[in-house]
Amino acid sequence: METLLPILAAHPFLAGLESKHLQKLAECASLVSFNPGQMVYTEGQTATHFYLIRYGRVALEIHTARRGAITLATVGEGEFLGWSWIVSPHRWHIDARALELTRAIALDFSCVLRYCEADHDLGYEFMKRFAVVLAQSLRFLKLQLVDVYGV
Amino acid sequence: MVSNAPAHRPQAAGLPTPMLPQPFQIQRVSQETPDTFTLVLQPASGTAPFCFLPGQFNMLYAFGVGEVPISISGDPAHTQILVHTIRAVGTVTKAIQKLKPGRVLGVRGPFGSHWPVAEAAGHDIVIVVGGLGLAPLRPAIYQILAHRAEYGNFELIVGARTPADLLYHKELERWRGRFDFRVHVTVDSASPAWRNNVGVVTTLIPRARFDPWQTAALVCGPGVMMRFTVQELLQRGVKPENIYISMERNMQCGIGLCGHCQLGPYFICKDGPVFAFDQIEKWFALREI
Repeated sequence: METLLPILAAHPFLAGLESKHLQKLAECASLVSFNPGQMVYTEGQTATHFYLIRYGRVALEIHTARRGAITLATVGEGEFLGWSWIVSPHRWHIDARALELTRAIALDFSCVLRYCEADHDLGYEFMKRFAVVLAQSLRFLKLQLVDVYGV
Repeated sequence: MVSNAPAHRPQAAGLPTPMLPQPFQIQRVSQETPDTFTLVLQPASGTAPFCFLPGQFNMLYAFGVGEVPISISGDPAHTQILVHTIRAVGTVTKAIQKLKPGRVLGVRGPFGSHWPVAEAAGHDIVIVVGGLGLAPLRPAIYQILAHRAEYGNFELIVGARTPADLLYHKELERWRGRFDFRVHVTVDSASPAWRNNVGVVTTLIPRARFDPWQTAALVCGPGVMMRFTVQELLQRGVKPENIYISMERNMQCGIGLCGHCQLGPYFICKDGPVFAFDQIEKWFALREI
């Protein structure tokens, strides 16, 4: 646990979080790594964790019968991966595949949710951060739809 | 931050008047992407050096067809050759595309303002380019790398529609191998074989390492891309006066006489194409002009 605290504190998603909150999150956290090509999660699976990427790069893909995997976006160092757990039924709606050796902090969502319910200050901090991630993703996705090189 | 007004604009030796095209011979043609190519030109007569500042452009004349404004994409330190990267999209550029080495083009220039490369010394540098936007900024990159010690962090962010649309592949690979600046590349869509970033170019701005208060940002690409890039840079805290963009308009005379490229109170050919964002912000967002 002691070794996880500085790692959590160093991740941009958790920057500025109070120490007491970090300590709670540390109880929900584990360090994981994925080899190149390894699936982080697969569409339809129950979402049990979300990830804070420390190093490496993960592709978010949709698998199609005719074209195979289509990469929608990539997530890299210092970024957040996987928000399907926020809303019921807590299933991944796309695939995530490591493109290179990727190290991440995995956070058990039911554990995080329990702490957020018990401590609304922590819950609020979390939701503020998620809102930024979601807004940013939406902004980038809209721009991707425009095809800026074709207009 | 700094002025990039074309007050000390260098003139190419051997170009006596700005309206008279000088003959340049095509030395080499290289295909960059299916519709984009790079020309290496030399003065057809004599060996007078061609001096320019990064960001400036020339009017290229395909004899009997017409003229187009094209940014200079070569190294400003190499004054014996002139390099242009051109996308074949219209009558003139398609005519130029058909020219083989040994054929001659008319050249007028260099025209316009420049990227404030020398003036940005002491700052972090972030360059954000989309598609063909890498071409007008390549001279700035050469100049920064030639004086690397004078700058702080240097981040180059390159976006394209697909991997096949990326310009200067080999050069990008070489730059990525350097230890003194970081090169980020992203494409809007790619097959699973692509192992780099996927997403619009703006997604990489939050990942770049620079001190927003001490950063000069140079941006070039399609209008929509520049608009959203500027938003992201402002959101990161880069000062509007330290964000530079290269504007495109229908430039014809190159010296602010004909008025075709007017944008508000500016003539893009003479006052631009490179502007500080705070200088042009009011007109940048206007949809009617």
